[in-house]
Amino acid sequence: MTNPETVPVASDSSNEETPLLKIRNLEVGFETQRGLVPAVRGVDLTLYQGQSLAIVGESGSGKSTTAQAVIGLLPGAGKVSGGSIEFEGHDLTKFSDSQFAEVRGSQIGYVPQDPMSNLNPVWSIGFQVEEAIKANGIAQGKEARQRTIEVLQEAGLSDASERLKQFPHQFSGGMRQRVLIGIGLSARPKLLIADEPTSALDVTVQRQILDHLQTLTRDYGTSVLFITHDLGLAAERAEQLVVMYKGKVVESGPSRAILENPQHPYTQRLVAAAPSLASRRIQSIKSSKPSDDSVRIFGEGSLDDALIARAESRGAGANEDLIKVSNITKVYEIRKQGFRKDKLLAVNDISFGVKKGTTTALVGESGSGKSTVAKLILQLESLTSGTIEFDGKNLAGIKGQELLEFRRRVQPVFQDPYGSLDPQYSVGNTIAEPLLAHKLGTTKERYNRVSELLDQVSLPQAARHRYPGELSGGQRQRVAIARALALKPEVLVLDEAVSALDVLVQGQVLNLLTELQTELDLTYLFITHDLAVVRLVADNVCVMQGGRIVEAASTDEVFENSSNPYTRELLEAIPGANIQLGA
Amino acid sequence: MFWYAGKRFLQMIPVFFGATFLIYFMVFAVPGDPIAALYGDRPPAPGVIELIRAEYNLDKPFIVQYLLYIGGLFQGDFGTTFSGRAVSDVMAQAFPITARLAILALAFEAVFGIIVGLIAGLRKGKLFDASALVISLLLISVPTFVVGFVLQFIFGIQLGWARTTVSGDAPWGELIMPAIVLASVSFAYIVRLTRASVADNLGADFVRTATAKGLSRRRVVTVHVLRNSLVPVVTYLGVDIGSLMVGAIVTEGIFNINGVGGTVYRAITLGEGPTVVSFVAVMVIIFVLANLLVDLLYAALDPRIRYAK
Repeated sequence: MTNPETVPVASDSSNEETPLLKIRNLEVGFETQRGLVPAVRGVDLTLYQGQSLAIVGESGSGKSTTAQAVIGLLPGAGKVSGGSIEFEGHDLTKFSDSQFAEVRGSQIGYVPQDPMSNLNPVWSIGFQVEEAIKANGIAQGKEARQRTIEVLQEAGLSDASERLKQFPHQFSGGMRQRVLIGIGLSARPKLLIADEPTSALDVTVQRQILDHLQTLTRDYGTSVLFITHDLGLAAERAEQLVVMYKGKVVESGPSRAILENPQHPYTQRLVAAAPSLASRRIQSIKSSKPSDDSVRIFGEGSLDDALIARAESRGAGANEDLIKVSNITKVYEIRKQGFRKDKLLAVNDISFGVKKGTTTALVGESGSGKSTVAKLILQLESLTSGTIEFDGKNLAGIKGQELLEFRRRVQPVFQDPYGSLDPQYSVGNTIAEPLLAHKLGTTKERYNRVSELLDQVSLPQAARHRYPGELSGGQRQRVAIARALALKPEVLVLDEAVSALDVLVQGQVLNLLTELQTELDLTYLFITHDLAVVRLVADNVCVMQGGRIVEAASTDEVFENSSNPYTRELLEAIPGANIQLGA
Repeated sequence: MFWYAGKRFLQMIPVFFGATFLIYFMVFAVPGDPIAALYGDRPPAPGVIELIRAEYNLDKPFIVQYLLYIGGLFQGDFGTTFSGRAVSDVMAQAFPITARLAILALAFEAVFGIIVGLIAGLRKGKLFDASALVISLLLISVPTFVVGFVLQFIFGIQLGWARTTVSGDAPWGELIMPAIVLASVSFAYIVRLTRASVADNLGADFVRTATAKGLSRRRVVTVHVLRNSLVPVVTYLGVDIGSLMVGAIVTEGIFNINGVGGTVYRAITLGEGPTVVSFVAVMVIIFVLANLLVDLLYAALDPRIRYAK
């Protein structure tokens, strides 16, 4: 169907001279009504057989676009406008659609980012894997079915033969990602492109999957091109790093060298802000006090000096519990087939206290019940049993004026800075809304309070008249924090408040939160799945698993000598946790 | 699945009684005396009126009338028209004709609507897409009877390919042109619905993944885009079975087809309670069954619905 000369054939590429993938001066743009908007501006990249390489950068850096150009899957308006992508010596940018169809799957595999949306919901898992096997001519008929089971078993689904007929919605996120990895590797491609393969998954699942991917690709001799925003993950999983910023490669080379001695200012900032690495840094500061180089290496442009200082000086604090949670339980009823109901124990008999002026982190994977605890404390859900006390008062049955007063003193900040702001409300109105709801101040006073709050969260005064759609993710989260602070609360419940942000922005928001805490004597309940962030901000940690608290201790104790196996597992799973820095 | 279908069948019972009761009541509440209307300007002898009233139970209170009617229904007696024919006879004559018309129309709009919509969705922004949009807008905005007259004029009179009116027993062949007229508006909606759905699904992550597997474009479109896009279209088709029956009144008028539409229209003007209610009850049942069918088709198309029940 295609010209045999231009289709790469499976030949032995033991020749060290020819790289598997050679990208030279690649330019990709997106057609818009105002002309071509460049997304990738002159990228060079070389990947040899059997190597692994990671492209690191924040959202909008062009890292995914580069990967999509390689496999010919640029979204609608995207276009390669210059340069070349040589795969085994053949320029992919000159390939026709049918030539690309030949290469995809069999020569270049692809593992996408979001396991939830990347499997077709209306076809069974078996069908979707088998399809890939048949399309690449690996096997047909009965043999293909057998091969499907093998592929899925290799990808880590031990009960694959029984689950072939099941549909994607019957699989967990981790399982789906295994299926996608299976599909990506089913035809034994020479190159596997993994576009943020685990960023939608819990840390422990992430680790299992990456370990598995590493084993498989090593066994098959597959080269891997990782796309990730997580520097720790990239350094841990890839030999070579390429750092991209605004469509350009700013630095490339061996991972360790870049991590230990970043040259470009952007890379330096990135290394400084990566929470997983900062965590390590705190440890190295503590363990090697006398002659300590690690801080100096990353000293310049470091955004988290305040955080590190805070982590060092933690330990002081008042004695009284501002929030006291005793033996709380929450049971949800789930409707099942017919008229039966199942009980789901979301929160199972947990107790903890939060002292005034401190930060307590609730850590756990999805489904551990941490967000339910937040909702219970915020009085957004009712308790099944147990008591929650705030400032010495039992919150059971609180209503009317008292509830309003409680809401003023305890404010939430939620995860998604895109979903939690009303797009029709200007920033000024958004921040002033709690004041209006509580009927506080005159118009003039409210105006002044908004100005004050904008200053506190380091947003320009002009931002008052802008709308959420015109702000970046980090700016939006600042608006959400300003809104929470409007009523001068004593407690902020931060439910995954920085999880959706890029590392640099995350660092800035964490710094802001730390400053505000000192300035306004705030108490934080910090809910997150990210242990690396916890280390930077929390005084105390409660680790949750399956609705229970499995460990509650001070942050240092948890990080340095936790005896709990689950906590250890979580700690081990932090990407980059095993990289020794400045040692 | 079995449970679900059973539950839906049970739901039909209150729908049936509710619909028949309401319609019976509405026919009863229409002002004017049906007997007087029947005789026009020359009133019959007073005794005759009383006799007719007694025969059709018109002298009894409303609720008794309704219950007598329902009771008869369960014995297979649909009542009689004022001209003395059994309503069941009239139905046996009218329904097959309209059913043929509706099936042809449904087939036309489903097959051509989905094909045109698919091509338009795949070529979004191109000439084919733009023309499909303009034509569908035209079909939606122009009244059905205008489309009917235009087709009658072109194909029936100018070209002489088809008969302008349909003969009494309405054979399939003669119903093709009326079916196209009847389907025209729904065809336009299905084109638009399919187009939007296909264009939407083309951008889905799983379609990109399917392409990355190395599948051909043809396979990606037929296996991964089309099936996912059919769910909203199937919903529309189900609801449309009902409106095809109603819309048939106009179309049947244009082509002089002796189907359900015309019969019900005449019965309403005459105030023939049993005829109207019987016809409408059958239509309600068809409508409910069609919706049940749609729900079952849904489950066949989308496994998430299958397992959620």
